[in-house]
Amino acid sequence: MQFLLLISADEELAERTIDAEGSAAFTTWLSDLERRGVLRAHRGLHPSPTATTVRVRDGEVLLTDGPFIEGKEQIGGFALVDCADLDEAIEIAAGHPATRFGQVEIRPVRQ
Amino acid sequence: MSEHSAAAGAVGEVEQALTESFRTDWGRVVAALIGMTRDWDLAEECAQDTFATALSSWRRDGVPDRPLGWLLTTARNRAIDRIRRDRVGDAKLRELAAVTAPQPEVDLDALVSGVADDRLRLLFTCCHPALAFEAQVTLALRTLCGLTTTEIARAFLVGEQTMAKRLVRTKQKITAAGIPYRVPPAHRLPERTTAVLGVLYLLFNEGYAASAGPDLIRRELCEQAVRLAALVAEQMPDHPEAAGLHALLLLLDARSAARVDATGALVPLEEQDRSRWNAAMIDAGVTELRRALEHERPGPYQLQGLIAACHATTARAQDTDWTRIVALYDQLHALVPSTTIRLNRAVAIAMASGPQTGLDLLDHLTATGEITDHPLLPAVRADLLRRLDRPSEAAAAYRLAIQRTDNRTERAYLARRLTECMKHEEPDNSDP
Repeated sequence: MQFLLLISADEELAERTIDAEGSAAFTTWLSDLERRGVLRAHRGLHPSPTATTVRVRDGEVLLTDGPFIEGKEQIGGFALVDCADLDEAIEIAAGHPATRFGQVEIRPVRQ
Repeated sequence: MSEHSAAAGAVGEVEQALTESFRTDWGRVVAALIGMTRDWDLAEECAQDTFATALSSWRRDGVPDRPLGWLLTTARNRAIDRIRRDRVGDAKLRELAAVTAPQPEVDLDALVSGVADDRLRLLFTCCHPALAFEAQVTLALRTLCGLTTTEIARAFLVGEQTMAKRLVRTKQKITAAGIPYRVPPAHRLPERTTAVLGVLYLLFNEGYAASAGPDLIRRELCEQAVRLAALVAEQMPDHPEAAGLHALLLLLDARSAARVDATGALVPLEEQDRSRWNAAMIDAGVTELRRALEHERPGPYQLQGLIAACHATTARAQDTDWTRIVALYDQLHALVPSTTIRLNRAVAIAMASGPQTGLDLLDHLTATGEITDHPLLPAVRADLLRRLDRPSEAAAAYRLAIQRTDNRTERAYLARRLTECMKHEEPDNSDP
């Protein structure tokens, strides 16, 4: 089964929190997943002020500067994992350092 | 006896056997079918079909020697037929064929013994923490205990439509989100077991003092909870709280015959005919509790079990060791500082040190906000005021308590107390 992990946190807090120790924990997490061969994709994102949101209404393309939902908590990265079941996805998500100050939302990918 | 009534007797026998089978085996059949097909709706439908078929088939051919074996075989064949007919996918069918093909004659022993695990798998899956608590309980009641959506809706005081939607959503989530159908691995077991025990405790309570409806005790819910608790305790010998819960439920359930009288009216603990308590269940409960306590890791269920054992092993109500019970409530409150436990502790203190002490404590706890609006608060106050011989105030509290319960038996009990108090009310204090 494939799961998309949406990694989110308070952006300011994340910037302050990700220190040397956090990066080391992240590297451990990533290399463990690579070793197990469950990681299909993984990317970190530029902060939400760099986002552009697109809507088309009555045939007109409308652009908004910023993410589709305003707020402190923003998506900062995602991972696509292929694993046995939700329990394994939970284990993977719980290993991500961002869960210490933010959260990871697990979404099953439609087959 | 005429021939007609003899035939009617036989029909009654079949129906009785089937009712019994439904009670003990519904969960096993559903669990086995989900294990086999991984399709929750299909499993439920096939289980329903199977029990419906059983009625006509058993009436015609008699009750089979091994009803569970008959039910499992029939259910399994029904599921294979359904999948074949619906053409839900050839892969699934091949998978099933591979499982069933090598056994031209189904080995009933293997089938029946493998089922205990299936039920445990079903229980753990229903209680997966990725599901909301209400969803967990609801699904367990439907799939493991065979309660209808209507019954569950009534038990939780929500509309039938709401309950039906909740069940559909829960099953969809299990399938879509990839919640595994299994007992979790050892390192996940402690936290997951806590959730399972919580559901069983709630299930028992719903049966022991149904929040709504005509009967105080819904026997089948209690029986299911005790049975499932036994299963969990047996499968988790290193989890003392599992044994603790099993012991607690046995000790509480042992009293059930004495909790209502011949007219169906509620009998409070101190007035119960203790010779009607189930001695075998008490013995089993005490033994199980001892086994749990050997681990020296007491938890809330073991402590409640100790309190229940205190009552269960005291032959006369007036000999109850309330001081010990207060001490146990102190320990329990340290672990679980909840309003319900505070309230029960106050009752125990009232029994140990007199109703005035209990009432003072209750007033203090209400003033400090440690006990806020609890559904049992008016009933407890009323009882203390009655014991203090303050009938007018007691009557007012009983009136409030009656408004707060939806259970007819409980309400009748409170009404009886109210009438008693009104008889003793001073004329100048009585209601106009």
